[in-house]
Amino acid sequence: MDLYLPVANMSVNIFMIVALGGMVGLLSGMFGVGGGFLTTPLLIFYGIPPTVAAASAATQVTGASVSGIFAHWQRGGVDTRMGLVLIAGGVVGSLLGAMLFEWLQTRGQIDTVINLMYLVLLGSIGWLMLRESLNSLRALKSGIAVQARKRRHHPLVTLLPMRWRFYKSGLYMSPLAPFILGVATGIMTMLLGVGGGFIMVPAMLYILGMDAQMVVGTSLFQILFTTIASTMVHSLTTRAVDIVLALLLLVGGVVGAQVGARFAMKVNPTKMRLGLAVIVLLVAFRTAIGLAWQPDEIFSIQWL
Amino acid sequence: MSLARFLWPVICGLIVAIAMTTHAPAAPGDPVLVPDVSSRSIDIKYSFTGEELLLFGAIIYPDGRAPDARADIVVVIRGPTQSIRLREKQRVAGIWVNADSVRFGSAPGYYAVAASRPIPDMIDERTAAIYEIGLQNLSLSPAEFSDSAQLRHFEGGLVDLKQRQLLYVERTNAVEISHGALYRARLMIPAQVPVGRYTAETFLISHGDVIAVASRDIDIRKTGFDRFVAYAAENFGLFYGLLAIAMSVGLGWFAGWIFRKV
Repeated sequence: MDLYLPVANMSVNIFMIVALGGMVGLLSGMFGVGGGFLTTPLLIFYGIPPTVAAASAATQVTGASVSGIFAHWQRGGVDTRMGLVLIAGGVVGSLLGAMLFEWLQTRGQIDTVINLMYLVLLGSIGWLMLRESLNSLRALKSGIAVQARKRRHHPLVTLLPMRWRFYKSGLYMSPLAPFILGVATGIMTMLLGVGGGFIMVPAMLYILGMDAQMVVGTSLFQILFTTIASTMVHSLTTRAVDIVLALLLLVGGVVGAQVGARFAMKVNPTKMRLGLAVIVLLVAFRTAIGLAWQPDEIFSIQWL
Repeated sequence: MSLARFLWPVICGLIVAIAMTTHAPAAPGDPVLVPDVSSRSIDIKYSFTGEELLLFGAIIYPDGRAPDARADIVVVIRGPTQSIRLREKQRVAGIWVNADSVRFGSAPGYYAVAASRPIPDMIDERTAAIYEIGLQNLSLSPAEFSDSAQLRHFEGGLVDLKQRQLLYVERTNAVEISHGALYRARLMIPAQVPVGRYTAETFLISHGDVIAVASRDIDIRKTGFDRFVAYAAENFGLFYGLLAIAMSVGLGWFAGWIFRKV
């Protein structure tokens, strides 16, 4: 069954889009990431204009993160103070991202920048996760526990001025560190339509040195508000949010997320991290091929 | 569509009858074209996946009889023109990036031509260029290009890209002429066409000359819900954004609530 998308100006197969949303939702429920890093490239691959894909994917991630937050909130797994600093950074990042988006669009380099960012981010994160999960799997087999890393923030963070206490995360450090992290994810949300969970979670663990119990809940909390800000900025500047497309993605996404969350409880977490690492690396590999090989379309149209 | 197919001979007959009484020939001896299209307006709504247009009409000769020499018909549907920048990807430092670009001030958003014979067989290049008949003869108002070789390369690229998107169409032997007096052609309007006012032009060609031209307007517009959404997105960004956010938060919440019950 086909449905016409009023903002994307094209008709799509309903079941394809709902299934796509469901598949991404399943992954996001299993791994605790928003899944935007898969939605945007897949939508572009389907033929949706890149701007509409990024804007509508951001709207979908909002919905996908809502139900996860409630669960974490109930067990006290959200550091609101940390979250608010991250969000403040995220809003600033969204606005910077919007300006960057417009500048890159007039220069005609938006697709290249999006692809390069995907490649660098997904490649490095995927590689780190693959190494870490393989190490723990090996340790599990040999029976020798991996030495737990001592929790502390990155030496550079201590150089920043002004220090606040973040009780729930067990940190005493400059709020500028999470603020800058928030700005970076805000820019990414705007450019790529991703929530940034797959960057945020490792950054919180290894750069800020947050309590692991707080990481996922706080990250979801910040993703929720950053994607809300980014939907708003897109609605006011690029006007590329397709509400019908977002709705179709959400219908699949929210159901998939719940199914995925249930499935996740039954599977060994290390093996699951390995699975996510492989998926992330595959997407990175696909992006690399897209950049290096001659594309199908040499020419592209920009409306003035 | 089936209705149009059924009504076609009836409508043509009527047109001929009306035209006989109202249309005086432009000059003595010159034939007159009486064109029509199967829909004067196309409404884009949620179920729109494209529409086939039937262009038909009558050729009326002043003495009421078709001459012995064969006459040809070309129909052209043209969408609203757009100002675009066409970019070309080139390999720079191992990766493909947008490098060169040319601006086209008046690229039609949609252009379809159907002819009863291959265009070069009917008219010379100059005539084709004057009437903008054929994909090689679009006047695109190019700007910011370095030389004519580069321009030709980019024009070819644009036409090729749009052809694969089904937005530029050229079909020969696609106009059917019966008894030298009635013609018809079918052209497909795909779902991804831009909205606006389209014109359907018909050219009567004989001995390498265009001897009669007539045109009809077609309005393509979004209606109902789709018109409302597109309008809101364009004009009420704040309201639209808030609605999108409310929708996604609401759905996420609702799904979480349902699954907690199950």
